[in-house]
Amino acid sequence: MEVFVVSLLNGLVYGMLLFMLASGLTLILSMMGVLNFAHASAYMLGAYFAYTISLYLGFWVALFLAPILCGFVGAAIEMWGLRRVHKNGHIAELLFTFGLALIIEKGVQMSWGLLPVPYRVPALLDFPLFSIYGTHFPAYRAFMLLISGLMFGAIWLGLTRTRIGLVIQAALTHPEMAGALGHNVPRIFTLVFASGTALAGLAGVIGGNYQVTEPSMAFTMGPIVFVVVVFGGLGSLAGCFIASLLMGLLQTFAVVLDYSLADLLRVFGVVVTSKTPFAEVLTVSLPRVGALLPFILMVLILVFRPRGLMGTREA
Amino acid sequence: MQRMIRLFAVLLVSIVTLLGASAQAQQTIKVAYTDPLSGPFAQVGDANLKQMQYIIDYINDHGGALGKKFELVPFDNKSNPSDALIALKSATDQNMPFIMQCSGSNIAAALIEAINKHNDRNPDNRIIYLNCGAVATELTNEQCSFWHFRFDLHVAMKAEVMVRAIPQDVKKVYLINQDYLFGQSVQRDVKTFLAKNRPDVTVVGDELIPLGKIKDFSPYITKIKASGAQALLTGNWGPDMNLLIKAGIDAGADLRYYTFYAHLAGGPTAIGPAGENKVFAVMSYSENVAPEIGNKEAEAFTLGFRAKHNFDFSAAGFRTIFEYLQAGVNKAGAVDATKIAFAMEGLSLKDYLGFDTTMRKDDHQIISEYFVGVFKKGVKYEAEGTGLGWQTAATILAKDVDQPNTCKMKRPRI
Repeated sequence: MEVFVVSLLNGLVYGMLLFMLASGLTLILSMMGVLNFAHASAYMLGAYFAYTISLYLGFWVALFLAPILCGFVGAAIEMWGLRRVHKNGHIAELLFTFGLALIIEKGVQMSWGLLPVPYRVPALLDFPLFSIYGTHFPAYRAFMLLISGLMFGAIWLGLTRTRIGLVIQAALTHPEMAGALGHNVPRIFTLVFASGTALAGLAGVIGGNYQVTEPSMAFTMGPIVFVVVVFGGLGSLAGCFIASLLMGLLQTFAVVLDYSLADLLRVFGVVVTSKTPFAEVLTVSLPRVGALLPFILMVLILVFRPRGLMGTREA
Repeated sequence: MQRMIRLFAVLLVSIVTLLGASAQAQQTIKVAYTDPLSGPFAQVGDANLKQMQYIIDYINDHGGALGKKFELVPFDNKSNPSDALIALKSATDQNMPFIMQCSGSNIAAALIEAINKHNDRNPDNRIIYLNCGAVATELTNEQCSFWHFRFDLHVAMKAEVMVRAIPQDVKKVYLINQDYLFGQSVQRDVKTFLAKNRPDVTVVGDELIPLGKIKDFSPYITKIKASGAQALLTGNWGPDMNLLIKAGIDAGADLRYYTFYAHLAGGPTAIGPAGENKVFAVMSYSENVAPEIGNKEAEAFTLGFRAKHNFDFSAAGFRTIFEYLQAGVNKAGAVDATKIAFAMEGLSLKDYLGFDTTMRKDDHQIISEYFVGVFKKGVKYEAEGTGLGWQTAATILAKDVDQPNTCKMKRPRI
C-alpha cells in the first residue's frame, strides 16, 4: 500500500511533466503535420533560460519570463524557417527541425558549457510538504502538479470556450475551409507553434530543477514525448493527457515491481531454469527494462490501432 | 585544376610535417587523457582533468622527468568505448608514450585489448595505459596486461573495506549498482565479502540500474524503504550517485549510505546538511586527511588547488600516479614505453601523505593506503560549501588492503 501510494504520486508528477511537453507537440503535429524534433530542445532552452534569469531576478520572474522567451523563439522558427521549408514537403520539414535540434544543443553547449548547471529548486519551495508512511513528499513536486494542472485547465478552456480556440480547432481538421472563411491560417499556425514552444519552455522551467539541467536533457526527453503523442492519438488533447499519465505511472511502477517473464510463465506452470532456451531474456526483471516499456507500447499501438488511443486520424 | 589540387595536397602535407616536427622539438612527455568531457558524466571528466592539470604543473615544477616536462592532452570519449579507441589511435599516431583513463571499466577493458594488439604489432611505438579509476576487479586478474597499470584499488579491495565499515547494528542492506562491467563487479564482490565477513547481514534488495539514464530516483527510494533496509550499499558514480542520494535525503528515508564515490564532484551538494553522519565514502583521499595526520606539506599542496579552483580537491591521490611516472621514467633513463613499464613494475614509493605504496609486479595493481570518510559537521575543510565535510573514520594501510590475484602476466621479450 505504502509503495503504491508513493509511486502513484511520483508517477503523477512525471506524467504531468510529460503532458506539458506533449500537449504542445500534439497540437503542432496534428495541425501542421510537422513532427517537430526540436520540441524537446525548447524544453531544454526553457530550463537554461530559467537558470540564467533566476540568477539575476529570481525563480518567480523566470517562471513567467522563460516560457515567453521560448514562445518568441518558437514564433521566429515558424515564421522565418518552417514556413519557407513547408513548401518543400514533410521530409524537408522533418530534416529542418532535426537539424535545428542539433544546432540548439551545440548552441547550449557553447553558451552554458558541457557540465550540468546548478539550477536549484527555490528556497521557498524546498521543504517536505507532507509525510506519507514516513516518506517526505517535497513541496516542489506539489507545485509542479499545480502548475501543470492549471495549464491543462487553461488549454482546455482556451481551445473549447474561446473564439480563437474554435478557429484553431477548425484549422486542425479543415485548414483550407478555415482559410476560405477568411481566417488567417498561417498566423494561427505561428500562434500554435509559439504557444506549443512556450509550453515546452514552461515544462523546462519546472522540470529543469526537478531533474538535471544539462545539454543532453533534450535528447533524453525527446523520444518519450513522441511516444506519448503517437500513443495518445493525433489532435486529441484528452488522449495526450491520458497517455502522459499512463507513461509516467508505467515508468514509475516498472521500477517497483520486481517481476520477470519467468514469473509470468510460472503462473502457467512453466518453470524457467538456466537450461531453458532464452533463460537470460526471460529472467530479466521489470525494473531493468522499464525504460523500454513505452516504446513497446508504441509499437503495439501502431500495429493494432494506428490512430492512437483517442485520435481521429491515422498517424 | 588537378594540378592545383595536387599542389594544395603537397602544401598541406608539408605543413602537417612541419607542425609535427615543431611538436617534437618541444620535448615534452605527452600523456593522452581520455574521459567523458561531454554527456551525462562530463562533470566527472572535467573535474578530473582540472585536478590532473594542477598535479602535472606541480610535478613539472619539481623536476619533471629526465629534464622534460609532462604534458596532458585531453580527448573527449563521451563515455563511449569506440570514442576512447579513437583517442588511443590519435595518441599512438603522435607517438605518445602514455594514455590515461579513469571513468568506465567497460572503456578500460576495450582500451586494454586494443593496446595489447597495438603494442604487439608496433614494437617501436608502444603505449602504456595508466588507469586512474576504472576499478572492475577483472582488469588486473583475468584481463591483466603488462601495459596496464592501475593506480586505484580494485572493487574487491574497496568492497572489503566497505563491508568492514558497516557497523554491527546494521542487519539488512540494499545494493544498487550500475548495469555494466564495474557495477556488476561491485555487486558480486560486495556480496562475496558480506557472506565471508558478515554472515549476520541479509541482502534485502539487489538491483542494477541503466548507466546514466535515470533522472529521478524516488521510485527506487520507495522500494528500498519498503524492503526495510537499514543501509544502502552502492558503487554508483557521477549523477547516478548524486541523484540517488539526493532522492533518499529528500524523501527523508532513514538509511545509512555506504558508497565508493559520494565524495566526488556534486556529491556533497546532493547530500546536504540533512545527510550528516549518514553518508560514508570509501576514498583515496579527502582534504581533511592531511591536517588529521599533521602533514603540513600535503595540506599546503591541497590549499594550492583550492586557491586556483572553486571545487574540492578530492583526487589529490592522482599525484601518486605522476610520482610513479616520474620515478619510472627516470629509472628507465629514456622515454620508451617498454623500458618505463619494466621500470615501474614492482616499484615502491612513499606517497605524498607519507604512506608506503607498491606497484605490485604480478598484476600491475597499486597497493596503497585507503580511507573511509564520514560526512559531518565540524571538520577543518568543508566540502562544496555545505558546511559539512569528510572526516576520516578509518585508515586502512597498504598491507591490509592487499588481496591475492589470479593474473598470468605475459611480458614482452626485450
